[in-house]
Amino acid sequence: MGKVILEVNRLQKFFEISRNQTLQAVNDVSFQISQGETFGLVGESGCGKSTIGRTILGLYDKTAGEVLYDGKDIHALKENEKFQLHRKMQMIFQDPYASLNPRSTVQEIISEPMEVHHIYRHKHEIKERVYHLLEEVGLQREHANRYPHEFSGGQRQRIGIARALALEPDFIIADEPISALDVSVQAQIVNLLKEIQREKGLTFLFIAHDLSMVKQISDRIGVMYLGNLVELTQAEALYERPLHPYTKALLSAIPIPDPVVEEKRERIILQGELPSPISPPSGCVFRTRCPRAMNICEQQKPPFQEIEPGHYVACHLYH
Amino acid sequence: METLLEVRDLHVTFSTYGGTVKAVRGVYFHLNKGETLAIVGESGCGKSVTSQAIMRLIPEPPGKITKGEVIFKGKDLASYTEKQMRAIRGVDISMIFQDPMTALNPTLTIGTQLMEGLREHQAVSGEEAKIKALEMMHLVGIPNPKERLKQYPHHFSGGMRQRIVIAMALICEPELLIADEPTTALDVTIQAQILELFGHIQATTGVSIILITHDLGVVAKIADRIAVMYAGKIIETGTKHDIFYDAQHPYTKGLLNSVPRLDLKEERLTPIDGTPPDLFSPPRGCPFTPRCPLAMEVCGKVYPVTTERSRSHHVDCWLQDERAQQLLARTANQ
Repeated sequence: MGKVILEVNRLQKFFEISRNQTLQAVNDVSFQISQGETFGLVGESGCGKSTIGRTILGLYDKTAGEVLYDGKDIHALKENEKFQLHRKMQMIFQDPYASLNPRSTVQEIISEPMEVHHIYRHKHEIKERVYHLLEEVGLQREHANRYPHEFSGGQRQRIGIARALALEPDFIIADEPISALDVSVQAQIVNLLKEIQREKGLTFLFIAHDLSMVKQISDRIGVMYLGNLVELTQAEALYERPLHPYTKALLSAIPIPDPVVEEKRERIILQGELPSPISPPSGCVFRTRCPRAMNICEQQKPPFQEIEPGHYVACHLYH
Repeated sequence: METLLEVRDLHVTFSTYGGTVKAVRGVYFHLNKGETLAIVGESGCGKSVTSQAIMRLIPEPPGKITKGEVIFKGKDLASYTEKQMRAIRGVDISMIFQDPMTALNPTLTIGTQLMEGLREHQAVSGEEAKIKALEMMHLVGIPNPKERLKQYPHHFSGGMRQRIVIAMALICEPELLIADEPTTALDVTIQAQILELFGHIQATTGVSIILITHDLGVVAKIADRIAVMYAGKIIETGTKHDIFYDAQHPYTKGLLNSVPRLDLKEERLTPIDGTPPDLFSPPRGCPFTPRCPLAMEVCGKVYPVTTERSRSHHVDCWLQDERAQQLLARTANQ
């Protein structure tokens, strides 16, 4: 594994909802991503995974903690430096229907970042680059003059990927890039992202709720619950030896498309619902639904500790 | 086994500015009493339109059932008047939809909405309706039903709303429940709760279920039989076992292969190349031909006849033809 490229240290992001209500979207989250790695961030809706992505990119200001990219605190950068940083960090969005301007041609959509950053001096250079990018993501140069509505969901997502690649970034945040797509097309996009990563040595932060897809693409995976990172380890280890009760329940809740296997599986059905991030439970945030909750869970927030080499978990069961 | 519902040669079209979309193009299937049939397919394959056609919920215009029969307990619903249909909906056949956030009226209490169907269709007093409503809330697992009855939809989470929608659908004790992607909008841990609930409901009430979904994991968990739809046609039907372990249609196989498995190590996913056909002008032959790795000349020209592999397992694919089988055997030997 290469050197650490992104460091998130005790990051907090709170949103002021009203004068006396604060939504704790991300609370004290720390992790590192190495160069060339794909880091998967999973969790259910409202767990704060997208907020982390956006805060890393500087789209949101942080509340506390720090995000270091290549050693630089991205929230302390000057406008000019931030602008330069965005050449290195790009984002792929969830909804390929909403993330492409319907009134721009594919050519305009993909060339916009290059024009903003004045990468090329001549129009024809940009054009050539757009053709090249289209072919790279499995589309054809003839597509350049068409509009987004002429494409299917999977093709649109390819356009979004081409746009993200236009500035030759080092780091890409993909926020649920496949969840709006059909299964047979999801596999196409996951394979494409894997190929691009291998060829260009990109670093990926892959945010998704679908654990089976995240497992396909990630080297390491972090599991989030209600604004907290509860477990972090190698992708394989997470599936083979999950430690946190939430991770175990999450894994067992995913139905496996094989009736015989599915019948034999033991299932942990979590009781109740996700508490509100406006007033999260005291101590461990998962304790209200945890089948193994103890007294201490109510009183103390479990520290996020390394239990085995590279395997971190925040749970009192392991201390 | 007794057949509860039989759909024969159903055709549904939609008129748009761009032309006529042939959304459902000759669908046949049946549902036995007490079983769960899953209709699976990707977006735009016509699975939701098929279920809406059964309930006669296709907005006309632009939609139109151009042909076909929907035989429910021996009667053809396709020939029913709107008034006759009103006596069927919610009483004999109920439907639940994907999005529990929009399926409930935000300005009425849960209790009012639960009892509405009952009071509309059956001569019950307010007190009787309330008892029944509480009973349903208990069945679908809503804690403190008495207090919850007075609350509004915004007081409930997504999973709880879906439970209420299920309770509403079951309050008149229908024989058939059509569930259109009932768990797609929910988180996996909540989905697991709702799937458990379906099993519980079927065991207690004996209701037959048509489940419309794209999620093969959900299908593996709760379906008895499966119908696979592609481009407005059912291309393969069979028991859960037939489809998962003896799939014949290249599309079914492709769909099964493209889904990642949590329990297996896979280096690379095998997607199906290309995209589904345009249903403004559906292809003459098998609609899967352009994406099919085994397509033959005949496939693009003539829609395949249905092959009966067993009493339960039916496939629409030319590869089932004897001549194609001989050819495949010969190439395999070489």
